[in-house]
Amino acid sequence: METTTVGADTKWWNGGKSPFNVEYGKLMMWYFLMSDTFTFGAFLISYGTIRFSSNGWPDPNEVFKSYPGSGEGTNAPLVFVSIMTFILIVSSVTMVLAVHAGHERKKKQVATYLIWTIIGGLAFLSCQAWEWTHLHHEGAWWGMNPFPNSDGTPSSTNFTNFFFTITGFHGFHVLSGVVINIVMLIMTLSGTFERKGHYLMIEKAGLYWHFVDLVWVFVFTCFYLL
Amino acid sequence: MEHTTAIHAEHDSHGGTKEIWRTFWILLGLTIVELALGYMMIGVEGHGLRLTIKGAIIILMLAKAFYIVAYFMHLKGEIRNLVMTILVPLGLLIWAIIAFLYEGNAYKSNRNTYDAYKREGSYMQAPGKKAHETTKPEEKRTGTME
Repeated sequence: METTTVGADTKWWNGGKSPFNVEYGKLMMWYFLMSDTFTFGAFLISYGTIRFSSNGWPDPNEVFKSYPGSGEGTNAPLVFVSIMTFILIVSSVTMVLAVHAGHERKKKQVATYLIWTIIGGLAFLSCQAWEWTHLHHEGAWWGMNPFPNSDGTPSSTNFTNFFFTITGFHGFHVLSGVVINIVMLIMTLSGTFERKGHYLMIEKAGLYWHFVDLVWVFVFTCFYLL
Repeated sequence: MEHTTAIHAEHDSHGGTKEIWRTFWILLGLTIVELALGYMMIGVEGHGLRLTIKGAIIILMLAKAFYIVAYFMHLKGEIRNLVMTILVPLGLLIWAIIAFLYEGNAYKSNRNTYDAYKREGSYMQAPGKKAHETTKPEEKRTGTME
């Protein structure tokens, strides 16, 4: 990892400046994201442990194979989740662009990119809501698993319990991220950041949003691919 | 609400969205390859081959994580202390993952060896149930879901 141009002979811990060379709030956001990483890490590790301890497990390509508008008996594995992943990646890009516009103090551009990010987040939530509803209509829920294991043996409810819990927590983070972004948008439009002289809060909201995208990378890989 | 004076490290220069879009295309490429591998794996029976493909998917996933954290979250541009604050605990998390998966597997082996009920449960076939036929959710629900 490259270090910045600020020399290593700088006395970081002698006071008078941030020892990590970032603003306090930004450092705290990193620490919070670390704690959230451990939470999701714990969830996914427990999922992995239970799965490794099970003789059989449903085949995700048999479970997740529809998309909105597809009829009964559609066999299109990975299609819908690809769309969801793409939406989240693009919304991450628009968020980075919003932060970048903030560095350049371009208020209108910040607002535009925030709006795109919010739309992306809402689109993702809608997709996830559809996925949940669709699965529920097939008989899946906490404590209910209609899908047999891939080897044909009867499955336990571990599969659906983990799926709904972990995607639920992730979806909740997406929702709170969208709310935060809406607040950021309102603050941008009302000129709060112009008055402050910096758009640092957008950066912090950006870190949170990228974290949400990052968690999805792991969640979708674990549940749909592996 | 003030921000402590921080020596400003160099970041994206004015108009420097090139790196952002470059990272987007890399992430998109990695995702497409991941999905292609996942799709290829459908119908593959060979245990060794499946494991290899899954290993490749995991490596791609870690590469994506690297790009998101380094470029989108800008960690690559931060000073070493902050980078280490993030990376060292995550490294320990890798240890946790390996330890727990190993444990899960050991648990399975032990149960299969000593618990005949569990072992035989992995041979019996599910009574040919189709997803929409059994476990009518309407009967089990206590509240309205629609």
